[in-house]
Amino acid sequence: MARRAYVKVIARHDEQGKVRPLEVEWEDGRRFEVDKLLDVRRAAALKAGGQGMRYTVRILGKETYLFEDEGRWFVEAKE
Amino acid sequence: MRTILHSDLNNFYASVECVYNPELRKVPLAVCGDPEARHGIVLAKNDLAKRMGVKTGEAIWQARQKCPNLQVAPPNFKRYMRFSKMMRQIYADYTGHIEPFGLDEAWLDVTGHAKSGEEIANELRRRAKEELGLTVSVGVSFNKIFAKLGSDMKKPDATTLITPENFRQKVWPLPVEELLFVGPATKRKLNSRNISTIGDLANCDPSALRSALGRNGEMIWNFARGNDCSPVMAVDEEALVKSVGNSTTTPRDLVNERDVHLVLLLLSESVAERLRVQNLRGSVITLYVRDCELHSLSCQRKISAPTALSRDIAAHAQALFRERYRWERPIRSLGVSVSALEMQGGNQQLCMFPDANRQRYELEDAVRDIRRRFGHGSIGRASLLADAGLNAINPRDDHVIHPVGWRG
Repeated sequence: MARRAYVKVIARHDEQGKVRPLEVEWEDGRRFEVDKLLDVRRAAALKAGGQGMRYTVRILGKETYLFEDEGRWFVEAKE
Repeated sequence: MRTILHSDLNNFYASVECVYNPELRKVPLAVCGDPEARHGIVLAKNDLAKRMGVKTGEAIWQARQKCPNLQVAPPNFKRYMRFSKMMRQIYADYTGHIEPFGLDEAWLDVTGHAKSGEEIANELRRRAKEELGLTVSVGVSFNKIFAKLGSDMKKPDATTLITPENFRQKVWPLPVEELLFVGPATKRKLNSRNISTIGDLANCDPSALRSALGRNGEMIWNFARGNDCSPVMAVDEEALVKSVGNSTTTPRDLVNERDVHLVLLLLSESVAERLRVQNLRGSVITLYVRDCELHSLSCQRKISAPTALSRDIAAHAQALFRERYRWERPIRSLGVSVSALEMQGGNQQLCMFPDANRQRYELEDAVRDIRRRFGHGSIGRASLLADAGLNAINPRDDHVIHPVGWRG
């Protein structure tokens, strides 16, 4: 079972209201730049529970999901 | 021929809780009101709880007798409304004709869509699962009644087709109470005439039904035969309300007129606020009282001019109360509603004398504005300060969501 790990995110909000996450700060303070945004859609977080806009991003060459649920961002972290 | 879908979010409240806490899928779960505030009844349950016989509407202790390891979660209405709205946005990708029935059900008219009803139904199911993490059952048919029946036939996460060709095999063997509008009383009457399935109903003499059940008899006879042509009303969430009301089960029993006065004021304020937000006024005030042994009383009165003023609504509700309630027992819950609604600003009967009401509306609007900016507790009636316990009720934000009746 994964858990929801809430993270800090730096994002750019454009004039159209589109949101693009640029940098993620993990719980332990490590920061990662988002190399590429691959997909954005509404989705349920099946592993950790929760629901929101799901950003599929590439960070350090790895694809991962970043969820935004009513202004809070989380990742599905291994327990 | 029309193509009508009825979509039903399975175990809605409980499923939303499971989306946020997947561990709950493995245990019997019930979403229940707050027992401390004496709202401790089952509002929704998951499949495991359902299998143990837990029923919606029963008290938590009753449910626990059947299912000792029942997990209980408090309701999260804001979240349910958000999910309901997101589901409606998905529906809107296929049609503008969406008629919601409560938060968890809706009819869709997809006649003329490039995709077939079944294809759309399957897409809805897939998208609900992927985007919201919920399952839906969808009935696909040529009228609303059969579409609704279809969505009830297979659960969860299923599509059921009821066509003019197969409805005699699929629908007619079902017990007659499965049909929308056949409640316990109608079922009893029909059963006593040896009508126990929908097929029996379809094949009986309509004139006999009319004499036994009146116009409704003919209506359900037509429904059973697939002759329902009621349209899917494209309504937005708040349009077409027929009444605006609030009720509350109070944190403690009400024992005197002062208590009642206080709660009626609170309820009337909330009703008035919702009327004003929707730009409505009404001229029938209804009072609902339930005592601590669950006997209830409901009475109403027509007033001379429609109102959306909390002081008017409260005054009439209080007058009704004084006239009708005999104080045999303390009171457990109270409700106030306003019906016979009309749009404010439409044609109206003006008063010959200077209109004191205008100032009163301005006053109440000003109070609302202050509350909007500084919070609900920032301003209020002094009389409500007399009892902090009762005053803690916030009927507007706590209000329970009822399905909107869908027939004229």
